[in-house]
Amino acid sequence: MSSSSAVTEAPDPRGGALPGTLPRLLAGIPPEGAMSLEEHLAVHGPLPELGGGRRRDRDEGARLVEEIERAGLLGHGGAAFPTARKMRAVAAARGRAIVVANGAEGEPASRKDRTLMASLPHLVLDGASLAATAVGASEAIVCVCGSAPASLQALNGALEERELRPDPRRSTSIRLAEVPGDYVAGEESALLKHLAGGAATPTFRPPMPYEQGLRRRPTLIQNVETLAHIALIARHGAAWFRRLGTASEPGSALVTLSGPVAHPGVYEIEHGASLSSLIEAGGGATAGFRGALLGGYGGSWIAAERLHGVALSNEHLAAHGASLGAGVVLLLSDEACPVAETARVARWLALQSAGQCGPCVHGLDSLAATLAQIATGSAPAKAGARIERLAALVSRRGACGHPDGAVSLLLSALESFSVEFADHARHGACERCASPSELPLPRRSQAKAEPSTRGPFA
Amino acid sequence: MSERLRVNPIACEAHGMCAELLPERITLDEWGYPLIDGRPLEPRLVQNALRAAQACPTFALLVERDGDNRRR
Repeated sequence: MSSSSAVTEAPDPRGGALPGTLPRLLAGIPPEGAMSLEEHLAVHGPLPELGGGRRRDRDEGARLVEEIERAGLLGHGGAAFPTARKMRAVAAARGRAIVVANGAEGEPASRKDRTLMASLPHLVLDGASLAATAVGASEAIVCVCGSAPASLQALNGALEERELRPDPRRSTSIRLAEVPGDYVAGEESALLKHLAGGAATPTFRPPMPYEQGLRRRPTLIQNVETLAHIALIARHGAAWFRRLGTASEPGSALVTLSGPVAHPGVYEIEHGASLSSLIEAGGGATAGFRGALLGGYGGSWIAAERLHGVALSNEHLAAHGASLGAGVVLLLSDEACPVAETARVARWLALQSAGQCGPCVHGLDSLAATLAQIATGSAPAKAGARIERLAALVSRRGACGHPDGAVSLLLSALESFSVEFADHARHGACERCASPSELPLPRRSQAKAEPSTRGPFA
Repeated sequence: MSERLRVNPIACEAHGMCAELLPERITLDEWGYPLIDGRPLEPRLVQNALRAAQACPTFALLVERDGDNRRR
């Protein structure tokens, strides 16, 4: 606990990163602008010396991976993959590794990564540098969506501060890369293809990034929040990390709460915290809601009547067919029509296809068309069966997980709002169908390449 | 060691040759893209599977050995 004295001096009157309590990542977060290097060191303390001298870099890296493994840290980009396992695979692969920090955050309802990068850039940079040590990389690239200028600015400023106050024990070269804001651009292989100079579209695997990633070198890709947790685990240790959360999902998580609450925004929760405590932290509900979207647009709906007692951990959410994913918690208000919202998101998701894989291009398009028919009451009699068939034709048939995520979301909407869907199929649009969209649907920042025109029916 | 079929969905352009040459394991969906039975190939089908892979105009059909990422 090298930083305990520094923590007591933290500007945050609640005690900042006092071991075992919240907030951790968000300790001392400035009301606006980015936390300076000086403030960062005052709140969290300096990075501890894990090894001794450069000669022992390898030991230092191995010890850090062990600590992360004991902490039980899981990735915060959506898949909740064990971070240490990924690191070991990268460290074991042949060649000098590269670290890629993924801050692309293409998830429309998520704000947590850009908030973290814009407000607390040094946590992300600490984590990137530590991850490089862990896997024996000399280079780290932080990828930030071009539509998050505050994040880019904060990280640029933070890198400049660090250049003026270099840490002699750490020589990782860190640079920023601006990536497109498209939904699939943040997918691992798409990110790597973009960094290599290509379009930000997924590639066919294997080879996996951990064996042959950027410049054919073993590449560790971690979400920026995951890296920020590493910055704290390195300082406080695995036992401290495990004082929050559950046995299978230790620690805290950043979530983006939106919908009819008094203060929508980014919150830090303990894994396993109740949904009601999050809503309370957000100032309470300002209106009734029909359900909650968990995870993001590749996630799942839980209907309002099943939300009582819901806890925010993957273990608990699995029983509801949901997961915490990228930390999106979106409440859909009573004012919205879940059928119209789902039909709009279905069309948006179809447009997000990179246009490379036939089943995704045609399947998501057909799903969106069928849902639009249901929403307007013009669907043929067996539209439900058609959707099930399309879902099966799309699932697991793309190079990336986009079609699978889209299908998961749409099927869970049909299940959670089955009464509303049946009503629309019979009677057409309802009076709430024309309500303004509550589910965010960003416009594309740039012209998209034409969808594939290949195939016999295209 | 056994062989399995896999499709590179990015390379696949729905020519449909594979389903002609290996109907035992490959059918086409409503858009013409192959639906693959990914269970291990019976030995008697391996030759035909390799022929189907070679016949694919975009080399999108792969015959892969278990535990081996090398494509044949």
